[in-house]
Amino acid sequence: MSNTELSNEETKLSHATLPRGAQWLVGIAAIALGGLALVLGVSIVGAVVIGVLAFLIGYPVWALLVENKRSATDKLVTGLVWTAFGVAVIPLIWLVYMVFARGAATINPEFLTYSMRSVTGDEQGGLYHALMGTLIVTGIAALISIPIGIMTAIYLIEYGKGNRLAKAITFLVDVMTGIPSIVAGLFAFALFTLLVGPGTRFGFGGGVALSLLMIPTVVRSTEEMLKLVPDDLREAAYALGVPKWRTITRMVLPTAIGGIVTGVVLAISRVIGETAPLLVASGFNPNMNTSAFDDSPMMTVPVFIYTQLSEATQKGVEYAWGGALVLFILVMVLNLIARIVGTIFAPKTGR
Amino acid sequence: MTVAADPGADPGVDPKSELSGRGSVGDVVFRGLAVTAASLILVALAAVFIFLGIEGIPGFNVDEQHYAGQGSFMGLVVPLLFATMYAAVLALIIAVPFSVAIALFISHYAPRRIAVPVAYVIDLLAAVPSVVFGLWGAVALGPYLVPAHAWLAKNLAWLPFFDGQPSGNGRTLFTASIVLAVMILPIITSICREVFAQTPRLHEEAALALGATRWEMIRYAVFPYARSGMVSAVMLGLGRALGETMAIAMIASPKVLISLFIVGTNNPQTIAAHIAQGYKESTPDRLSVLIATGLVLFAFTFLVNALARWIVARGRAK
Amino acid sequence: MSIQVKDASIFYGDFKAVEDVSMSIKPKSVTAFIGPSGCGKSTFLRTLNRMHEVIPGAYVEGKIQIAGQDIYGPNVDPVAVRRKVGMVFQRPNPFPTMSIYDNVLAGNKLNSKRIKKPEADAIVEKALRGANLWNEVKDRLGKPGMGLSGGQQQRLCIARAIAVQPEVLLMDEPCSALDPISTAAIEDLIHELKSDYTIVIVTHNMQQAARVSDDTGFFNLKAAGQPGHLVEFNPTKQMFTNPDNPDTEAYISGRFG
Repeated sequence: MSNTELSNEETKLSHATLPRGAQWLVGIAAIALGGLALVLGVSIVGAVVIGVLAFLIGYPVWALLVENKRSATDKLVTGLVWTAFGVAVIPLIWLVYMVFARGAATINPEFLTYSMRSVTGDEQGGLYHALMGTLIVTGIAALISIPIGIMTAIYLIEYGKGNRLAKAITFLVDVMTGIPSIVAGLFAFALFTLLVGPGTRFGFGGGVALSLLMIPTVVRSTEEMLKLVPDDLREAAYALGVPKWRTITRMVLPTAIGGIVTGVVLAISRVIGETAPLLVASGFNPNMNTSAFDDSPMMTVPVFIYTQLSEATQKGVEYAWGGALVLFILVMVLNLIARIVGTIFAPKTGR
Repeated sequence: MTVAADPGADPGVDPKSELSGRGSVGDVVFRGLAVTAASLILVALAAVFIFLGIEGIPGFNVDEQHYAGQGSFMGLVVPLLFATMYAAVLALIIAVPFSVAIALFISHYAPRRIAVPVAYVIDLLAAVPSVVFGLWGAVALGPYLVPAHAWLAKNLAWLPFFDGQPSGNGRTLFTASIVLAVMILPIITSICREVFAQTPRLHEEAALALGATRWEMIRYAVFPYARSGMVSAVMLGLGRALGETMAIAMIASPKVLISLFIVGTNNPQTIAAHIAQGYKESTPDRLSVLIATGLVLFAFTFLVNALARWIVARGRAK
Repeated sequence: MSIQVKDASIFYGDFKAVEDVSMSIKPKSVTAFIGPSGCGKSTFLRTLNRMHEVIPGAYVEGKIQIAGQDIYGPNVDPVAVRRKVGMVFQRPNPFPTMSIYDNVLAGNKLNSKRIKKPEADAIVEKALRGANLWNEVKDRLGKPGMGLSGGQQQRLCIARAIAVQPEVLLMDEPCSALDPISTAAIEDLIHELKSDYTIVIVTHNMQQAARVSDDTGFFNLKAAGQPGHLVEFNPTKQMFTNPDNPDTEAYISGRFG
């Protein structure tokens, strides 16, 4: 194309645009404005708000003056999207900071190895009993949910493909996903009230409540992983004269194991922090109780946090933060494990 | 892999033998196990209904002293249901714009090297236990927001939400809905992100080729395509918010009442928080009232989730 | 082993996919099935080791005998049939979690058969030599099978199939996903395997059928939506020089399909 052909205004490819790096210019100006506000005695938060607003308004307005309305809208939305992200990160950073700062101040060897048995006033107590309870209750939930969840997923993918029972189960798993966690707790409570006696609260009840919440997650994630195993491989195994059940147990499951384990660990990390169902089904107990089947309440870390906060004492709040840090670390370690497992078992290409 | 023999499981058909052989016993057993597991889910859900029913149905009609001073079941459950809905809707109003913006940020705005860690950070948010959110809301965010409460009550009192005496410790429905919003943000974000990412590249490129700016491309190519997915994301977030217990139970100082006022010391109490705060009570009648309200909550969230699924199904059929 | 087919029709639920096929496949020979897409040749191939049963609702009418035994007889275990009649698929599909060595032994390992190490080594070497792959992989038997090239993967799949010592080998367009050099390697291999196995191969490529097969069956559709049927079954030489049926001639000379 030669320039003479482009002399017509209509075909011109260039028009007035903002200079390169315009956003940095506006950004610096906005920061300067925020800084000015800070100097004039506005609080830090106020200054940041002023700075962000200045950028959000200044940049599009400049674009409106130099370019056109469409470009200005585009720049406004871009600014909004970035701001939204920034704002959403604030609670996360704040929360993680608080948990670590306040929790670390509470945690010491006694806190991790004592129970709250006959602890009064300023005496040192701990959450050892709650930690044990959490491990036991979550362990029970995992023992119930993992086999049922995985076998159900196997049924749905390998056997049921589209038949009526499979459709019904898929629907019910959806329903289960939506059960409010406290209702799961009420269910376990109602169940054992009828089976054992009124007001029964014990570790196993909590485990049953949690498994109700965990099963659908395990089914869903296992289903996704089984779907990823190509039908080619199943056919290859059948063609070698391998029965279906051996194809599933020795080929399909090993191929999908990484994803399944990741899903299971994530499901555990989700229920380990559940509070409401345990409050109702396992109750609370200041003493050590390691027997899940005794008819006596079993303490767990989330419930420990809740009850300590309800004490509304200085010490109670400190203990609550300590418990929060312990729980947070448990959850993060589980997430980390899930991630590592996912990476280790990622399909090998082998070159 | 090990080559361990599995005693007695395989009928052991020699490849050189006749073709006739029993079907593998293992096949029958394994299939049986799978069917049993799947059926257990059916049984479990039926059990949930039956046991909650047995324990809860008497709660619809017991002596009026057990209805937390409200006189009758309806007198109790209507305000609770109102508050449950109200808190969830408030949380949605805050969470949805942020979720959509963050999802867009990840799918269309951020450079890849930022988008991946951002998505990870948002997932991290989903992993934080609700009790930790509740603690943070009650001890950290609430007190911090006290000036905001005062400001809202002073300057926006013409709105029913802020018309009254502001709380002095920030343990209000206002704080609780912000925390609730942070809690449901990850689920809405991740679903929106998925549907945004599924927009056919052809549509996007066609829009850009017509000279659209990035925002116009999103408005005319991405949003129309993602609409039903976004609606179902919002509904799922709503379902999550309806059932959430701890954030509200730990943060808002509660009272059974219908009120739009959200920055005061008496806050409408939700069903889940009501159960959590009353669970220690030991009279059987009071407990069956709590279980009955739990049934109502279950039915209500079920309806919301069913609506979400129906919207998704309709979106797919188109 | 010879394969006798008499009046076989294949159904998917109510839909009849293939109609009234009769043929006699000679032992230790290569038989090729050709025909346009969707004519049912692959479907028919899969009924020879009951692999079509993987799809719910699929069934066969008529009689299919291998070495004189009805493979659809009342007491027949499809798993036992598949041990006698091996199969190689369109796309190479080695097991991604297994090494080359384990892939070859997959038929035994998946069935939890205990084999002593020297015996297993012997099976692996024999199968890999049989598939013309030994020299290329003998130094990296422990590496994942997925790390091989497409053509090598396909030969690995052939090794895996012959390691369970079948008597018939079914091949469903085994070269359609491969480059010409790998294709030539597989065709050479088919020639060699013929001395030990009865081979039935489905191919899209008529030159390939002419190069590798002794007998050829031509499948066609009467019309779209109609079941496929066997038009002609004859020695390959005759088929490509002097076919009985004008449709066959039209197809072979490239006038349709």
